[in-house]
Amino acid sequence: MQVFDLEAEGLRALNSSLHGQAENTNQTHWEVVNPKGSHAIAVGLDAPIEVNVKGSTGYYCAGMNQQATVHVHGSVGPGAAENMMSGMVIVEGDASQYAGATGHGGTLVIKGNASSRCGISMKGIDIIVHGNIGHMSAFMAQSGNLVVCGDAGDALGDSLYEARLFVRGSVKSLGADCVEKEMRPEHIELLSELLIRGGCDAKPEEFKRYGSARGLYNFNIDNAY
Amino acid sequence: MKDDTHNIPRTMPIQSATFTNEINAEIRRAAATGIYDIRGGGAKRKVPHFDDLLFLGASVSRYPLEGYREKCDTSVLLGTRFAKNPIKLDIPITIAGMSFGALSGPAKEALGRGASLAGTSTTTGDGGMTQEERGHSKQLVYQYLPSRYGMNPNDLRKADAIEIVVGQGAKPGGGGMLLGQKISDRVAEMRTLPKGIDQRSSCRHPDWTGPDDLEIKILELREITNGRVPIYVKIAGARPYFDTTLAIKAGADVVVLDGMQGGTAATQDVFIEHVGQPTLACIRPAVKALQDLGMHRKVQLVISGGIRTGADVAKAMALGADAVSIGTAAMIAIGDNDPKWEAEYQKLGTTTGAYDDWHEGLDPAGITTQDPELAARLDPVEAGRRLRNYLSVMTLEAQTIARACGHNHLHNLEPEDLCALTMEAAAMAQVPLAGTEWYPGKGGF
Ligand SMILES: Cc1cc2nc3c(=O)[nH]c(=O)nc-3n(C[C@H](O)[C@H](O)[C@H](O)COP(=O)(O)O)c2cc1C
Repeated sequence: MQVFDLEAEGLRALNSSLHGQAENTNQTHWEVVNPKGSHAIAVGLDAPIEVNVKGSTGYYCAGMNQQATVHVHGSVGPGAAENMMSGMVIVEGDASQYAGATGHGGTLVIKGNASSRCGISMKGIDIIVHGNIGHMSAFMAQSGNLVVCGDAGDALGDSLYEARLFVRGSVKSLGADCVEKEMRPEHIELLSELLIRGGCDAKPEEFKRYGSARGLYNFNIDNAY
Repeated sequence: MKDDTHNIPRTMPIQSATFTNEINAEIRRAAATGIYDIRGGGAKRKVPHFDDLLFLGASVSRYPLEGYREKCDTSVLLGTRFAKNPIKLDIPITIAGMSFGALSGPAKEALGRGASLAGTSTTTGDGGMTQEERGHSKQLVYQYLPSRYGMNPNDLRKADAIEIVVGQGAKPGGGGMLLGQKISDRVAEMRTLPKGIDQRSSCRHPDWTGPDDLEIKILELREITNGRVPIYVKIAGARPYFDTTLAIKAGADVVVLDGMQGGTAATQDVFIEHVGQPTLACIRPAVKALQDLGMHRKVQLVISGGIRTGADVAKAMALGADAVSIGTAAMIAIGDNDPKWEAEYQKLGTTTGAYDDWHEGLDPAGITTQDPELAARLDPVEAGRRLRNYLSVMTLEAQTIARACGHNHLHNLEPEDLCALTMEAAAMAQVPLAGTEWYPGKGGF
């Protein structure tokens, strides 16, 4: 295992070492100590490695991740796993705003709560939150799945497209064009798999599904504010 | 009143200067449809512009350079502040970001070919990077937009520069739109959207707000690309002094500033015509911001919005820009609004020069469309050559002026080479009104 002291060696050295890992690297396990809330930790990775961050991070941890597993043993600042393409990001603590923003693929698991705008503009990523999520989550969400084991804040799924939202607890309010939808067997099946992937012991039957009423897909003056 | 019998002189019918026929037609259109007018292009109203400035030329106190013999350099380096690999261009005229989706694949290819032949860069747009474009552009700037359509780290690393788009001159504070007619299978797939929907791109970035966040966003993009390529920040002509200051503070290598005449693929007409400042009014405040921070020529300034000729290029550079960028003019060079399609423009209820319903995807010239038959009308090789020719002419024109002013590099053009024809232009460009030593804002009237 490679241990990297971020405080001593600096961010540039960390990311360039991680970027230097080839597809078939044998340095597959990394531990980052002293993250101390730094920004842009482990961004732009593209190799099947595992990075354990021992503490909390600042903005954009694991941004644009591909293939790698980034495991944060703490909380994350805004924009964790933003625009992730593949791989997995696990956050033991809470996540600040815009977790998983615009993610195209991969899995983001947040074991605590996520703040506002979780999954904003998501484009294929799967996000599983063990706790609650804040307001305006899944705003303009295009594709992918957002699973919330706790409650959702105001304006969930405002102006969303084809993303699927599953919430176990209460939803404070739904955003424009977001509606509750029927849980069909294929959704139960999908959700079971997501819950297993996210390490949740919740039962799929306890969730409600929300999605787009598709009423805003073509411009209509009566929909304008 | 009509009175034929008594032969009394009548009042002439007078058209209102306030309620013009154009305004009235728009009122009737709004009343009939309930929807605002959406169109492409930039502001059509007349605003103070580069035409309102003149060069003084050489005189006893300044001697000119020989037209064809003496060198007048046109090269420019963009991104010298932080990037390991700044962009080196042979000419200071770049091709602005125009999305695949708004433009056809062959049109993007033509832009890439023309720019590469002329030794300059092209820019992607909302909707991601296409193979055609990367393949045919020697130097490609990859836009990082609020929508993040098609955004991915692999394309990011293929780019020669990254341009974070905060605003566009045609619509400062507005997002994009691409109406359903243009969302073909390929466009839909690149944007991860259902086919045929009216697509809106958001007006704000999803994961940062404000200058402090922008600084961290730039840090992240630099980390992902190992600090290799320059990072541009594109702003609209809203508050040029403050926006330029904040972009520099956030760590931009290059500031791209787009004035209100700047084109768009599709926006509300009211937005295009009524929001933002004229390009001419934006340059001096931006240059002042750079100078106040000791960053003029260290962070490069690229100006766009209504650049058409070598004279415009020279004037923008004399006011302090390092380079300019063109959108609409490049489209016209490759064949947009060409009189040869007049019969078809007439069928669409418009005419050559006025055609701006680019969002409808019915472009007779095959440029602003995703219809394969229309798109096939544009030969990208031939169109690329036309763009190259046009870029060379603009460069030669700018050199002609620079030599006449005694400069051996376009960058040596300066405000002292200029005078203004109108009070407005004098105030905006801060150069003297012709025949005086004074401009509004300067003491001693
Ligand atoms: C068809 C078209 C599409 C455009 N698409 C984008 C875009 O995707 N992103 C962007 O930042 N600007 C876009 N613009 C604006 C240009 O990048 C540029 O700012 C503007 O065209 C410059 O003004 P000019 O057209 O007067 O040269 C577009 C402009 C046009 C004409």
